[in-house]
Amino acid sequence: MEETCQDRTNHMSVSFLSQPVNIGLARVTVACFASQLDLTLSDLEEIKVSVSEAVSNAIVHGYQRAPGELIKIEANIWDNSILEIIVEDSGAGFAGPLPEEESEESERVRLGFMLMRSFMDSVEVNSAPGQGTRVVMRKDTKGKTTTKNIITCAT
Amino acid sequence: MLLHLERNGSSVVARLAGEIDLDVADDLRLALDNALKPDEVRHLILNLSEVSFIDSSGLGVILGRYRKLVHMGGKVSLVDPKPQVRRILELSGLFSIIGEFKSETEALTKIV
Repeated sequence: MEETCQDRTNHMSVSFLSQPVNIGLARVTVACFASQLDLTLSDLEEIKVSVSEAVSNAIVHGYQRAPGELIKIEANIWDNSILEIIVEDSGAGFAGPLPEEESEESERVRLGFMLMRSFMDSVEVNSAPGQGTRVVMRKDTKGKTTTKNIITCAT
Repeated sequence: MLLHLERNGSSVVARLAGEIDLDVADDLRLALDNALKPDEVRHLILNLSEVSFIDSSGLGVILGRYRKLVHMGGKVSLVDPKPQVRRILELSGLFSIIGEFKSETEALTKIV
């Protein structure tokens, strides 16, 4: 997706400490922001789950559950229709695919990514050891609120 | 999240309410494992009718209890999830291994 040919309709950012109690705050904040698009309740639920998964990963893997680190969430609406959610931590990061060992935690991570990929049109994960992790999720709400189109954008 | 536990013969009935995410997963796992400790307990019935949100942390707790109980010849049953919760359970493939019931009574009847 070429951002250069898109108009940023709206933007928000919020940061909070890496504490599980803040996951609820994160998903409700993003869902509130997203609700200016003409979304169904089911769309909003999907957005909440996706945010919850990305933030849970930042807490458990990025920061190994250390409670005093910062997680940043940015959300953008492009061209009145594309919701972009960016969840960023500056924690441990990882190099390649997640370890395949069988534990309740590795199963949780696999299910979490499966849910994010089912609910969002795209999920990009940028991470490197010691460099933190940045997850960018996008969902095209199909221009429900606008007559503008995005056909001119290269993909 | 609220949790109410009740023993019914060889089953534990757990009524959950609220949101199940990473914030409550550890406490929930611990409470369920404690309730499942007695030797004669082999089944877990999770009443999800008042659960408004679940993500992979909640799914992990359910799947973890399922594995433990199946190992002992027991079962996990799910009761009456709300549509948005049901969708997550379905996408995750839980219903291919865990039974879903309309009521606790139905789940209890089918278990034995």
